[in-house]
Amino acid sequence: MNAQPQLSRRRFVVGSAAAIGGLSLGFHLPFSSEALAQGAPAAAPEVNAWVVVKPDETVVIRVARSEMGQGTLTGLAQLVAEELECDWSRVTTEFPGPSENLKRSRVWGNFSTGGSRGIRESEQLVRQGGAAARQMLITAAAQQWQVPAAECRAQKGVITHAASGRSTTFGAVATAAAKVPPPGAITLKDPKDWTIAGKPLPRLDTKDKLTGKQIYGADLNFPGMLNAAVKASPYFGGKIASFDADAIKDKPGVRKVVKLDDATVAVVADTWWHAKTALDALPITWDEGPHKALDSAAIAATLAEGLEAQDAFVGNSAGDAKGTLAKAAKTVTATYAYPFQNHATMEPMNATALFTDGRCEVWAPTQNGEASLAAAAEAAGLPPAQCEVHKLLLGGGFGRRGFQDYVRQAVLVAKQFPGTHVKLLWSREEDMLQGFYHPITQAKLTGSLDEQGNLTALHMRISGQSIMAFVRPEAMAGGMDPVVFQGLTPKSPEGMLGYSIPNILIDHAMRNPPVRPGFWRGVNLNQNAVYVECFMDELAHAAGIEPLAFRRKLMANHPKHLAVLNAAAERIGWDTPPPKGVARGCAQIMGFGSYVAAAAEVSVENGELKILRIVAATDPGHVVNPAQVERQVEGSFSYGLSASLYGECTVAGGRMEQENFDSYDVVHMHQMPKVETIAMPSGGFWGGVGEPTIAVAAPAVLNALFALTGKRIRTLPLKNHSLA
Amino acid sequence: MPRLNVNGQVREVDVDPDTPLLWVLREQLALTGTKFGCGIAMCGACTVHIDGVPTRSCGLPISAVEEAQKIVTIEGLSPDGSHPVQKAWLALDVPQCGYCQSGMIMAAASLLEQNPKPTDEIINQEITNICRCGTYNKVRAAIHMAAERGNAG
Ligand code: FES
Ligand code: FES
Repeated sequence: MNAQPQLSRRRFVVGSAAAIGGLSLGFHLPFSSEALAQGAPAAAPEVNAWVVVKPDETVVIRVARSEMGQGTLTGLAQLVAEELECDWSRVTTEFPGPSENLKRSRVWGNFSTGGSRGIRESEQLVRQGGAAARQMLITAAAQQWQVPAAECRAQKGVITHAASGRSTTFGAVATAAAKVPPPGAITLKDPKDWTIAGKPLPRLDTKDKLTGKQIYGADLNFPGMLNAAVKASPYFGGKIASFDADAIKDKPGVRKVVKLDDATVAVVADTWWHAKTALDALPITWDEGPHKALDSAAIAATLAEGLEAQDAFVGNSAGDAKGTLAKAAKTVTATYAYPFQNHATMEPMNATALFTDGRCEVWAPTQNGEASLAAAAEAAGLPPAQCEVHKLLLGGGFGRRGFQDYVRQAVLVAKQFPGTHVKLLWSREEDMLQGFYHPITQAKLTGSLDEQGNLTALHMRISGQSIMAFVRPEAMAGGMDPVVFQGLTPKSPEGMLGYSIPNILIDHAMRNPPVRPGFWRGVNLNQNAVYVECFMDELAHAAGIEPLAFRRKLMANHPKHLAVLNAAAERIGWDTPPPKGVARGCAQIMGFGSYVAAAAEVSVENGELKILRIVAATDPGHVVNPAQVERQVEGSFSYGLSASLYGECTVAGGRMEQENFDSYDVVHMHQMPKVETIAMPSGGFWGGVGEPTIAVAAPAVLNALFALTGKRIRTLPLKNHSLA
Repeated sequence: MPRLNVNGQVREVDVDPDTPLLWVLREQLALTGTKFGCGIAMCGACTVHIDGVPTRSCGLPISAVEEAQKIVTIEGLSPDGSHPVQKAWLALDVPQCGYCQSGMIMAAASLLEQNPKPTDEIINQEITNICRCGTYNKVRAAIHMAAERGNAG
């Protein structure tokens, strides 16, 4: 018996989808307690796609990008509110549905939330949306007063006409404003005049996260809802040979055992605990498939072969690197390796689906609502227009929730139970075994130094996995994956190498083991920064030049790279000797359109690394919310340090070995260093914030560790090395 | 039928005695503030108080909980988010994705119960929850803030 109080369907629909302007079900609140408690929404028209003003002056700002902790929901709302000139204390937000976006010619643009693009790629669109709404509200007021709109202004949600002393509010003219044609020309405010954007405002989504009221996907409940637990082949390319559904059919609560495809089986029960325990008891025989002998050593050998291979894709080339190296009197060579890693979001993958004749609805924590819609439509066998995806706040994303496998599974299960909501939730074990892993690579770097210690040539050979070859082969350029060269390109607004080296060759021997890779927060910048920045340190030591000075010599033509590096070095006190038993290291790179650097102080106690302090400097061009930038930098360091200290998924017998946090450790409170963040936006461009600083955490720490111990760690993670 | 004292109310639940407390809270009592993260007592997302002791509910069968024992979940920590820990969390805007935060808050609240002025060292020892978003430094600062404002709160 399941005696829990449940949301009634009616209240749920009312609370989650404001019936605005006749557009029922098109918008949803991110499942706050207030959303669920509020009865019928006050009928309020939208001023335009971005802004709804209610008669009580509440301003609803629509945000298309997903919120997974990174603060974009608040940041984008700040940008709209800035141009709208509304009262920030009255701002709430809602998500437009992806299906609604399609119906309206993608008025909200791209829903995809990854690559640190949430703000930088929508800032123009949302600011224009806010500015247009302001102009329409002002025009509506001016028309009522029969004065020129140019004589009126808006501030904090109040429109005034100074000459006649009249004033009104956004809420009072919103209905009229909705009928005003959208303005032709829009001038955006100069960021130096911002009063809402650019300020360290508190997040809009904090309160319910403190009381347990925030509803995540894993928490959803609907009347009569069924729960599904799922198991896919843990073997790469493996399948189900057979399973014995009869063995569990009498287990408590079990409703059905569903084979979703050749490799996947789900158990559906009244509660998830019943579904999961029954699934655990289900006898399954796996056909281990073609890769059952694969292990980490074999993959490493394949990559090592690629380090020496003739053929490779060239990502950066100038002068004659190979020729110079061949003739050089002094060369330095080192080989590095970076492992598979799992995203390990705190909230395991899940989605809830309702399939009825001719319609499919999905509730999902997703980084890409439109991709979820496409996956749901395909699985349902329905046109997207007959489907909708309700986005929820995510319990972490980190790139994992851009993939839609869990949405597809939920719909396939729900199709077996037309008219009934089915929630599909992965166990942590499933989440660990069905990853889209951080790509595995190795790199061999060779540099030559002249007598003055100048770097005369550099060849960096990367060998290993391409994410794009797996995820979006159509985006490959003649078989090459340009994303492999993140942070290493000669000229790219996304991430160019910050060093001028007269003879340089950076190339990639693609080696794709049969393990699916994915975008993992920081993506390829993570290993590229380790490779380049630790090797720069090696070169500096070989040249007998202090590492920061060595870098500076190569960075004269890269003032923005240099500025962040200098800022981090200065803050850590690079020019003063560190305390006894403490050493420092630094690193810099450019990625996701931003310049980042880190400087770390470490010590080793009883064979254990202690990161005492880490300073980050970042130039993302513009900062919309400095408090959130600081949090993203701290979070990035935590994520990056988890990766470099512990993060490793190993392969044995054709599958991953790690299944939960007992074998896949991460940084905890006691390892988290003090973090100091320097945000130094220089204007003129928009870079990302959520990812780039991850990459500099590991090399800054590893370089400090070398300075302290003389031990050069070239294969991650650090847990595999003894520091004693 | 097993009876549990949850947030000051005695609730009767009709489940197998092996069922972990976490799933009884979430699926029988609709208290979904207590989160599922790992199921093996490693992450702390499922932390509740049992007679004031922070307990990872995912590994605890309800047969091991007696009716006399008082279970408090995040929903019962305070009626309106006014516990000093929740107030400090709000003041410092601690959560990112928020998924680990119920467990963090419950762990912090019982730490302060036992040790009203914890040092960094004690916080390191006692707060062993995982936060993948990396809110640790804000969590630490908020614990200190709650300790300072404490009952004056
Ligand atoms: S869910 Fe209980 S400790 Fe992770
Ligand atoms: S806030 Fe996201 S896991 Fe802690």
